[in-house]
Parts: sequence; C-alpha cells; structure tokens
Amino acid sequence: MKAFVLAWALVLLMAGCSDQTDWQTRYIGGLMPELQFTLTDENGKTVTEAQYANNTVNLLFFGYTSCPDVCPVTLAQMRQVLDRLPEGMVGKVRVLFVSVDPQRDDLESLRRYTDFFGDRFVGLTGSREQLDTLTSRYRTTYGYGEPDAKGNYVVTHGSAVYGFDAAGRAQLLIRNDDSPDAIVADIVQLVQG
Amino acid sequence: MQAVDWLYLLLPYQFSPVIAGTAVVVLTVYFRGARAAAERQLQVGFGRHLAFFAGVALCYLVLHTRFDYYAQYMFFMHRLQHLVLHHIGAFLIALSAPWSVLALGLPVGIRERLLRPLVRNRLVRGLYRALQHPAVAPTLFVGLIFFWLIPEVHFDAMLNLKLYHLMNASMLIDGILFWWLMLNPSVQHASVRIGYGLRILIMVLITVPQVVLGAYIALSRQELFEIYAICGRAWPISPEVDQQLGGILTWIPAAMMSVLGVLLVLRMLLRAEQTRSEAPNPSADIA
Repeated sequence: MKAFVLAWALVLLMAGCSDQTDWQTRYIGGLMPELQFTLTDENGKTVTEAQYANNTVNLLFFGYTSCPDVCPVTLAQMRQVLDRLPEGMVGKVRVLFVSVDPQRDDLESLRRYTDFFGDRFVGLTGSREQLDTLTSRYRTTYGYGEPDAKGNYVVTHGSAVYGFDAAGRAQLLIRNDDSPDAIVADIVQLVQG
Repeated sequence: MQAVDWLYLLLPYQFSPVIAGTAVVVLTVYFRGARAAAERQLQVGFGRHLAFFAGVALCYLVLHTRFDYYAQYMFFMHRLQHLVLHHIGAFLIALSAPWSVLALGLPVGIRERLLRPLVRNRLVRGLYRALQHPAVAPTLFVGLIFFWLIPEVHFDAMLNLKLYHLMNASMLIDGILFWWLMLNPSVQHASVRIGYGLRILIMVLITVPQVVLGAYIALSRQELFEIYAICGRAWPISPEVDQQLGGILTWIPAAMMSVLGVLLVLRMLLRAEQTRSEAPNPSADIA
C-alpha cells in the first residue's frame, strides 16, 4: 500500500510538472472551444457571444437564482475580485451568469439578481435546447431534483467559472476553492493578454 | 415508457461520425464474412456469432447512446463505461475470435492489397509482438486504467472531447488485444507464444493492482475527481456515493472478469491435456 501511494504521488508529481506554471487557477487553453452561444438577455432580447466578446474578458458561470449556496458564494467572490482589479480594468471584464432554471428564473428575477452584484454582471438564460447546446459545448451539465411539497427543487450545475480572453478563447477554469489572490492575478493576466 | 423515450435513450448524446462509421463498417464486414464462411462450409458456431454481436452491441451502447451522457457526468457511470469497454465488451469480442470471419468479409481487393501486406509487414508484426509480450500486455492493461485515473489526466480527458474519445478508444483496443492474448484458443499465434499456465498467472496478477486501485478510490475520504463537481452531475447524488460506487466498479467486477478468464483457460488446458493423452504421437506436444 505504501509503495502504491508513493507511486501514485510520483505520477501526480509528474503530471503536475507539465502544467502551465504562470497561471494560478486551472489553465485550459486549447482544451475547449471558443465562446459561442445564442441566449436571451435580461431584457428578453436574443443575444449571441458577439454582443459580449468585443475586447472584453468574459467570465461564464452557470447557476440559478434560487440557488442556496454555490451561486451566491461564487458571484460574491467574483464581485470581490472585480473590486480588487487595478484601476480601469473593471470595464474590460464581464461576468455572464447563465440561469439553467428558465422555468423559475423570469427576466425580472434574473435582472434583480445580477444587479445586486453590480453592473458588470449580466444575466442570461434560454430555452432548454439553447442551454443544452451551450452546456455540452463546455462539457458541463445541469439537472433537476424532485420538487418538494412547496414545489421547490434543487438544480445541479457546474461549479466552475470559465474565463475567456478578449478574443473569446477559453483559457481558465476557476474553481470555488481558488483563492481570491490567485483569481485576481489570473484575470489581470487575461486582460493584459 | 413510450417509443419516443426509447428512441431518445438510444440516440447518441454527441454524434460521432467515427464511432457510427466504425460500427457500420465492422458489422457489414462481419455479416459478409459470416455468409462467406457459411458458403464455404467453415464451422463458426452460433455461440461465437453471439459473443461477437453482444460485445459490439455493448460497446456501442456505452459509447454512442444516452449512456455516454451519464458516463461524462457521473464518475460511477464512467467507470461502468470503461468496465464494458475494457473488460466485458472486449472480452466477448476476443472470445468470439472474429478475425477469420472479418477477413473473409473484406472485399477481395482490400484483403489482398491491404490486409495481407499489412499482416506480413515486419514493422506491424514487430509492434504486435511487442504489445503482446507477456510482460508488456498486462502492464499496458493495468497501466491504462491507472493512467486515465490520474486526477489531472482524468480532468483533461473529461474537458476535451478529442482526449475523451482517445481515452475510450485506447481502453477498447487495449482490452481486445489483452483478452485476445488470454483467450486465443491456439497457444501459438502470429509468432506470439504464450502458454495456458502463464495466461492464468497473468490474469491472477492483474487483479491485484485493480483491487488496490478500486479499494483506494472507494474507501478514500477525499474527493479525488473534482471534475464531476466542476462540470455538474447528471442528477443530484452525493460526491461520496458517486466515488464509492465508481471505486467498487473498478474493484469487484473487473476482478471477476479475470476469474471468468481463468476458468475459460482452465477448460482449454484440460482439453489440450485430453488431446495429448489421446494422441498416439508424444511429439505432438502443444503446451
């Protein structure tokens, strides 16, 4: 068992060495396709990535507004990170919050939810088909639990934030246990190209 | 369940022209080969046909239906997918020894101008012999399981579609190679010579690292494969349960396939002993 753990650790170490060292969150350059979607924005308008990709770093996150833990924590953390960016940089970063619970999240509640976190936060949603296309493009999924007596149900969804550079290329996977320092450093690097 | 629901479950989650094309080509060639074999009155038992179709069908089901969706977003479903590709499906395909039927099913031109030179090619033969070396084959068999379960590698394979396909293809191809080496009814084939006793030893030995790895995953308190939390699971299930089920699937059924393999080789060994004792000429030793 000891030898096995040692061998495992060695393999892990070797795998770790090949990692990009200049990023502190998970670098995924080349692993995933460019930013692309067709969704509905908070005003009910059909939008594509073209509206958001213009020279802006986009942080894509999936969730739902009645989410009890992961979503508010992650979005609050993103808010903190944006506040800590160097002067003039905030305008070049946007957070795209995609609700995967279109049945409960109408435009009004989506707008109220993202406005709470700030004007760099954009709420998006879409039909099940549009959401499926986008989630499978980024190798993530979502699912619904059984509704309780009051009709409330749990929604499973990915917990990571996808970081796209100004050219729309997927570069980072930010996990919810990454430190704010690491995220700030990586987003600065993403904005600077 | 209605017909539409069934259709939905059988349709691919992500259509892959390579998987669909391979399935069509392999099945067509096999059907042609089976017909040609029947015309030439070559004996291919019903059991062998059945094993081949069951093996191919199982592999197709886990790769190119709704099952693939669950395999991408649930760790234990992913382990089930690999159990089918690397152990059960590959085992059945190897057991059916389909090579002569497949060769017969190829159009004559391809068989004569492509397959024959390929099989005779020294480089191809050398590579095959190296892969089927009694030390290399089991190392590769177990090594691939470990390799794709290195958390970092697993992470990338689950994020990148090309890597994901490469992972699944490597498991299926290596599975067929390994089980063919174990279950080949002839002791001497294509310059690879490996006796029944050695095969049994190999099949027993490969269970050890698989049991250790499966138990390690099942009993680990730590979340080893965070990719499933990051990407979202297909339905609400606790990460611990997902990991425990995945570990058990790596541990128990995988070892059971070795037991099954050992039993089959024991039967071959007994039959060989019988023919040897019945044969008048002792120089007809095949072991």
